[in-house]
Amino acid sequence: MKILEVPATLSYKTLDPFLGQVTESADGRVLLDARGLSWIDPVGMIGLLSAGRFLTDRSEHPPVLRSPESSEVSGYLSRMGFFERAREGFELVSPPPRRNPGASDVLLELSTISENHDVHDVVERVQERAGHILSRTLRYPPSAVVQFSVILSEVCQNILEHAEAPGWVAAQSYNWSRRLGRHVLILAVGDTGRGFRRSLEGEHSGRFGDRWSDSTALEAAFLHGLTRFPDQGRGQGIQQMRRQVRRWNGVISVRSGTARIADVPEWEDLPPLEADLPAFPGAQITILLPERTQESE
Amino acid sequence: MTTSGDGGDLDPQLDAFSVDVRDLLQRSVANLYSHLVTRPTGRAVRLAIEAQLQEISPPALSLVDLSSVSVLDYSCADEVVAKLLLQGAEGSPPRGGTVYFIFQGLKAHHREPILEVLNRHELAAVVQAVGRSEPFQLMGVRSSLEEEVWSAIESRGRIPGARIPDAFPEGRQREVVDGLARRGLLFRHPLRGDIHALSHLARRFE
Repeated sequence: MKILEVPATLSYKTLDPFLGQVTESADGRVLLDARGLSWIDPVGMIGLLSAGRFLTDRSEHPPVLRSPESSEVSGYLSRMGFFERAREGFELVSPPPRRNPGASDVLLELSTISENHDVHDVVERVQERAGHILSRTLRYPPSAVVQFSVILSEVCQNILEHAEAPGWVAAQSYNWSRRLGRHVLILAVGDTGRGFRRSLEGEHSGRFGDRWSDSTALEAAFLHGLTRFPDQGRGQGIQQMRRQVRRWNGVISVRSGTARIADVPEWEDLPPLEADLPAFPGAQITILLPERTQESE
Repeated sequence: MTTSGDGGDLDPQLDAFSVDVRDLLQRSVANLYSHLVTRPTGRAVRLAIEAQLQEISPPALSLVDLSSVSVLDYSCADEVVAKLLLQGAEGSPPRGGTVYFIFQGLKAHHREPILEVLNRHELAAVVQAVGRSEPFQLMGVRSSLEEEVWSAIESRGRIPGARIPDAFPEGRQREVVDGLARRGLLFRHPLRGDIHALSHLARRFE
């Protein structure tokens, strides 16, 4: 059995090398050793679940996951509903900590998106907690909860309409006091489906010729609103998400295949377009929404 | 389309029905959501509205009430608002008669998704913000002259056919009236040629 160490920090900044290691280890049974995990965000959690599904699809046996030694990290993963989802793709070495049935500070627990009603369910569940976090923590106006719900709906529908495989969504807010001096909400969505290039290639690859790639597919969808559907009304979802995230001075990035494209404000240092990333199936969308400052009000 | 036969009050006889979108959503999708999100949900709502329209004789006035919809996403706005309007638009497959739509009960957060889908499809719609006393508005793609002509008709409610040349002395204004009628943004009586603001028709059924 191959042993793959999960990095100490698994976040939107550190996920790519880990996914690269996962794809290189895909032959045979794999143990993902997360004992040293000390920090993980929703992007990391969905990345870990995606790794599990990727390895399951390529092996007779599901991969094994060794839980973090840190009770704080395990407890947080439990509150986020991570272990419930992980059971679907991993064999867990030790029983995860019990989930406290009481009140939780989690904005949106890891939720599987495989059908239309799953989108309704997350939009319904997020209302009260999102309202609280958006208004009190991020200091957004009261109307932001509806706009956030629309983003959530559109980003989840991206899975249903383009991935042709189930995916996950999760959201949480963090105090980035050292890094940014304010709170940030992280919304992550991911799947291991066919990705943007394969979703669009039947309809659009011809006009790109030899240039057709994960990067050009992402540019087509992200910048130009192209979809595989001939219906003129399609393709608005990403455009509208970009517009709203820009109003909130946030980040939106889409990673698919070997490329990532992003709208990046001045406070973040992600490149607007990256190619030659480690290949990984499906698509991963990350949205970062920063707390409003006096300058932005 | 028929008119009353005695030559008296020849007001148009449109069938009208009021659609509470939340009611439709509850019945047709069988989930008690007041969130109008996802394309399949929007499609189900539109099909339910169209099924109701099948039961009445065209021309018809459809009042679509969004006041109970707490979240409206772009996919749903496209499926409900844009596609209802598109099926009655010029060049689209005939619905079997003309249906005029008013989207009522609009709240601030409905405006952006609706405006976006109208712009994307180069459509316009007659809308009314939540509250019966709110004015009716034209929303979406229109020229300044179309806005001007539509507003003039809206303020008067009804202009008899014989007085249209007085109300709109310029040929280009009358062309705009024709265009607005073709786009379903006002109603033209097929026999008398009177033009009616849709709000004027809606008030008749209150």
